[in-house]
Amino acid sequence: MDAIRGRIGSALLAAWRGLLMSFAALVGSCALFSLALVSIAMIPLGIGLLTTPYLLEAVRRHANQRRLLAATWSDVRIPVPYRPFPKDLRGGFLGQVERTTLMLKDPATWRDMRWMLVDMTAGYTVAVFGAALLLYPVEGLVLAAGLWRVFTDDRYWYAFVPVDSQATGLMAAALGVAIFAVGVLLSERLLRAHFVLARASLAPTEKQELALRIDRLTETRHEAVDTAASELRRIERDLHDGAQARLVAMGMNLGTIEALIEKDPAQAKKLLSMARESSAEALTELRDLVRGIHPPVLAERGLGDAVKALALRLPIACDVDVELAGRAEAPVESAAYFAISEALTNAAKHSGAERIWVDLRHGEGALRFSVTDDGRGGATVGGGSGLSGIERRLGTFDGVMAVSSPAGGPTMVTMEIPCELS
Amino acid sequence: MRVVLAEDLFLLRDGLVRMLEAYDFEIAAAVETGPELSKALAELEPDVAVVDVRLPPSHTDEGLQCALAARRARPGLPVLVLSQHVEQLYARELLADGNGGIGYLLKDRVFDADQFIDAVRRVAAGGTAMDPQVISQLLTRRSQDKPMVGLTPREREVMELMAQGRSNAAIASQMVITERAVAKHTSNIFGKLGLPPSDDDNRRVLAVLAYLDRG
Repeated sequence: MDAIRGRIGSALLAAWRGLLMSFAALVGSCALFSLALVSIAMIPLGIGLLTTPYLLEAVRRHANQRRLLAATWSDVRIPVPYRPFPKDLRGGFLGQVERTTLMLKDPATWRDMRWMLVDMTAGYTVAVFGAALLLYPVEGLVLAAGLWRVFTDDRYWYAFVPVDSQATGLMAAALGVAIFAVGVLLSERLLRAHFVLARASLAPTEKQELALRIDRLTETRHEAVDTAASELRRIERDLHDGAQARLVAMGMNLGTIEALIEKDPAQAKKLLSMARESSAEALTELRDLVRGIHPPVLAERGLGDAVKALALRLPIACDVDVELAGRAEAPVESAAYFAISEALTNAAKHSGAERIWVDLRHGEGALRFSVTDDGRGGATVGGGSGLSGIERRLGTFDGVMAVSSPAGGPTMVTMEIPCELS
Repeated sequence: MRVVLAEDLFLLRDGLVRMLEAYDFEIAAAVETGPELSKALAELEPDVAVVDVRLPPSHTDEGLQCALAARRARPGLPVLVLSQHVEQLYARELLADGNGGIGYLLKDRVFDADQFIDAVRRVAAGGTAMDPQVISQLLTRRSQDKPMVGLTPREREVMELMAQGRSNAAIASQMVITERAVAKHTSNIFGKLGLPPSDDDNRRVLAVLAYLDRG
């Protein structure tokens, strides 16, 4: 009984959502399509140059809204194919012209337009059909309940049943129940069909997808090369200014000691202890440098223990939960380690948290990890914050990061890198 | 006293052998790989083992694993672990069985021969020798935590030295106070950590463990 009730409940929910979608398709897509069309047509007149970017932006939001609902309601995933604007886009009128041209050149824009046409016709029909299957039976029941009396004079057709008496009214009710049953079976599928239809017309073509992938790869490759180069520069500088200089000083001291050892043993002894100190400092510097390049525990024990060791060094209490059946490739481990390290440092420095939780596991072909704190929240990505650094680092491995940090907290940084364990 | 030494770098191994021999230790074996170390520990029954964390063939934490395995086979086997870096994680693993006779030091500590030899002797006698770096990491972190045992600054100082494995006499001379004062501080610390009176040496290990375990 509960199962049937649940079934009817979810069918009604799907029908309601279908109704919303049909509304969005009819009103939203219709209006945006015509406005966008008019605006594009007005481009030769100049007016279109001002309005088109805003309208196309609205179209994209409209499409993205549908993408979001498709994913949350029916688990239909529709990729976003829009080309990003170049970072050096000009402002003012010229920028506006440039934006218009770029948007018009983007094949995704034309796919959006085509989708809206499909959406306001086929998309609308499919969505509204699901809702109608559950709404129409109500009329049948109402007819049977007495409404048929109104229509005794002239025949009222409920579907193919001519209603003019209680008997035919009951037939209408029976038909209504049958339609309702069909509706319960179909409404969720129809909602899904609506989104699948949207995917068919909205999703990027293979060519587009490849182009987007190439863009992304080019970008991440540049970033990876840049990061590697600046890292090498940093290492070189640290070695040159630190350990190398100290070893030179040590050599000099030892030379002096050689000369002094018989003449002035006391002074020689003093220099010896200085030389020893220099060597200890050189070692400390080298050790820190190594930790910055490839942390020893990571090399020795792998990601899980390395993160645990990291947590132990943190000034804030930190719980680490690891579920890894093996080790990932060294570069992936390293990227994950430094991403977690950066997130932990951020949390310790800025969040004002009392406790931090790290969760690290592997599943569905990806390494997933998250850093959560009970601090004040309000963390943002971008603007040169540590979080954008993490994003870049992960991007090289096709990894992604999501930050949830409402003002007042808590902050949760979730990261994912596709990889296999061995 | 018979020592088994494991270190893969020839220069360091040679230096350590010389140093230990200069201080009248007998080198039972000086090996360079993990399997050799395991064999030597099992067959030679040394009084103390001095082991590098990273050893061939895996070049990971093979030395540490061999030492831990040998201590499982022979509880309380004195082991002094040397490492290029020190980690609380490893310190915990070494101390976890609560048997004492454990040391964990940065390799740099061999620069000060007297201190290093003192550490080896302490470990061989069933005490502990923890690197000041591990201890200070631990204590800075504790001091930022909620006051879990409410040690006074003076007691904290004593705790730090005790956690490194120093005797009351050594702590007294380092802090320039009387041994009696140190004894008073240590008994206060034991009280605050909730350690009942028992064999004094073991309580010191337990005090360090108590600190580590609350991390």
